[in-house]
Amino acid sequence: MANKVFHVMYDDDQKLMDAARALVAKGIRVKDVFSPFPVHGLDPVIGVKRTRLAIASFMYASTGTALAILGTWYFMIHDWPMNIGGKPSFSWIENAPAFVPIIFEFSVFCGAHGMVLTYLLRNGTLPGMPASNPDPRTTDDKFVMEITTEQNGGMSESDIEALINTTDVYELSIKNY
Amino acid sequence: MLKEASIRQPLILGHKTYHDITKDICGPIEGPAPREWKIAITIAAIIAIYGLSCIAYLVGTGIGAWGLNKTVGWAWDITNFVWWVGIGHAGTLISAVLLLFRQRWRMAINRSAEAMTIFAVIMAAIFPVFHMGRVWMAYWTLPLPNQFGSLWPNFNSALMWDVFAISTYFSVSLVFWYIGLIPDFATIRDRMVKPGMKRFYSILSFGWSGRAKNWTRFEEVSLVLAGIATPLVFSVHSIVSMDFATSVVPGWHTTIFPPYFVSGAIFSGFAMVLTLLLIMRKTMKLEAYIHVKHVEYMNIVIIVTGSIVGVAYLTELFISWYSGVEYEAYAFINRFSGPYSWSYWMMMTCNVISPQLFWFKKIRTNLAATFVLSIVVNIGMWFERFVIIVTSIHRDYVPGAWGEFHPSGIDVGMFIGTIGIFFTLFLLFARYFPVLALNELKTILKMSGESYKKEAEKH
Repeated sequence: MANKVFHVMYDDDQKLMDAARALVAKGIRVKDVFSPFPVHGLDPVIGVKRTRLAIASFMYASTGTALAILGTWYFMIHDWPMNIGGKPSFSWIENAPAFVPIIFEFSVFCGAHGMVLTYLLRNGTLPGMPASNPDPRTTDDKFVMEITTEQNGGMSESDIEALINTTDVYELSIKNY
Repeated sequence: MLKEASIRQPLILGHKTYHDITKDICGPIEGPAPREWKIAITIAAIIAIYGLSCIAYLVGTGIGAWGLNKTVGWAWDITNFVWWVGIGHAGTLISAVLLLFRQRWRMAINRSAEAMTIFAVIMAAIFPVFHMGRVWMAYWTLPLPNQFGSLWPNFNSALMWDVFAISTYFSVSLVFWYIGLIPDFATIRDRMVKPGMKRFYSILSFGWSGRAKNWTRFEEVSLVLAGIATPLVFSVHSIVSMDFATSVVPGWHTTIFPPYFVSGAIFSGFAMVLTLLLIMRKTMKLEAYIHVKHVEYMNIVIIVTGSIVGVAYLTELFISWYSGVEYEAYAFINRFSGPYSWSYWMMMTCNVISPQLFWFKKIRTNLAATFVLSIVVNIGMWFERFVIIVTSIHRDYVPGAWGEFHPSGIDVGMFIGTIGIFFTLFLLFARYFPVLALNELKTILKMSGESYKKEAEKH
C-alpha cells in the first residue's frame, strides 16, 4: 500500500489544538505540525519529547571551564610564569582569582556556541538547506498537521479522512509518497 | 489559552490578525525603498566614509594623530569605546533579562534593540583595536603559539579580560539575534515573489520549516541563551569598569565601579533604544506595536538606572572625602571645579536631573519629550565616560606631569564616523530585516492584543 500523507490545515492555533486533542484521543498518530509560531501545550498532545539541548549546553560550558582552567595554568603558571606586580605566578590556585573573568567568559562562549551549533544541526537548519514546510502559508498564519497512513497502520485511508473531517478543517490535501 | 489581567494595557493595538502582523512587518521589506530611507542612508554613508578615511589616516600616520599626550594616554578613544559598549547593553537586557522575567512588552522592541547591540559593539571594538597602533597585530591578544618564546598574553590583566568579554559578548549576542531571526526570515522567504530576493531570504532562513520539534528547541535555546546572556551582560561592563578600577589612578581605583558602570550602560542603552525606536515606529508605521505603553516602560527603566547612576556619583564624591586620601579627594575637587568642570556639570545635568523628569506621567508618556530626553541622556553618558577617564588622569600624583587633553580632528572624525557607520548598518537592518520579532508577537496576540482583550472582557 502506498503511503499517503494528509496535510490538514487549520486557520487558528486553538482550532489546531482542539483538533490535535480530538484526533489523538481517537488513536491517530500525528506525525508533525508546521506552525508559524510555537503553539504552547501542543508538544505533549502530539508526543514531542522535551529537548535535551539545555543539558548539552551545560556540558559544553563545563568543557569550556575545564579548558580555560587548563589554559590559564599552562600559559601563566607552567610554560612562562611572569612576575606581574608581585602577583603569585608559581601556583595556579593562588593566582586563580585573577583568572575568574576569563574562565567565566570562556565557559559562556563554549556553552552558547556549542548549544547553538547543536540546535542548528539537530534541526537541519543550515545555510542553503531547502525548506520543507508543505505550504508557504504555514510561516504566516496557517497551521498544518501532517498525518501519514504509514504511521496509522490500523486504519484505512477513508477512516482517517473521515476522522479528520470531524475537526474544524480549513483545507485538506492528500498526497501520495 | 493564557488570559492576561484586564487591567494590563494591551500591547498590540487595534484589531490585528496573525496575517496582519506578517503583512505589517514584511510589507516594508517587499516594497520599494522609501525616499526618506534613501536620503537617510546617503547621509549616514557619507559620514561613515569620512570616519573610515579618518581611520585610514590614523593607521597610516600613527596614534599621534589623536590628541593624546604623555599625561592623558587614554581619552576620546576609550570614552567612545565605553560609550558604545554601554549602549549595546540595553539590547541584551531587553532580550535576555526581560525574557527571564517574562515581560511580554519586550517582544516589540527586542529585535531592533539586539541589532543595536551588535552594531554598537562593533563600533566599540574599533577604538581599542585601532589604539593598538599596529592594528594588523591585533591577533596578538589571543593566546596563540608563537616564535617569541612562546610568550603568552597576560591573563592577569583587565585588558585581556576585556578581549575575552567583548568577543564573547559580541558573538553570543550575534547568535542570539540570529536564532530569533531564522523563523522570521522563513516568513519573508515564503512571501517573496521575486526569485532573487526569495533565494536571498531562503539562504538566510537556513531552511526553517516550523516543525513542532523545531519550535520546542527554539524556545529552549532562547531561554538558555537568555539565562547565560544575563550574567554575561553584567560581567562585560563590570570587566570594562575593571580596566579602570584595577589601576592605581585616583578617581579610577574604586570598588563602586562595576555596578555603577553596569547601571550606566543600561541607562544609556535604553536612551539609545528610545531614540532609534521613536523614529522607526513613525517612519515604518509600527505605532500599533510600539506605542506609548512601551515607551513608558522604557522610561521607567531610565528613571531607575538614572537614579542608580546619580547615587553612584554622590557616593563617589562622599567617599573621596571620607577616605581621607588627599589624592583621591583632589581628583574629585578637580572634577567639579577644575579645567574640565564644564563636562562634569554637563554630565550631572544630563544624567542626574533630566531623567528625574520622567517621574511625571505627562512627560514619560509624551513621545516628543522622551525623544529629546533620550538624546540628552546619550550626551550625558558620553560626558560621564569623558569625565571619569580624562579628569582622573590629567592631574594625578606629580603636578609637574599635569597636562590637558585637546581632541584632534581625527579624534572627532573617528567618533562622528562611528555614528555614521552605526546608522548605515542600522538603516540597512531596518530595510532588509524583520524589525519586529513577528513570530514572537504572534504568540502574545491573543493574550495582549487590544481586540482580543476586549473580547475576553465581555465573557
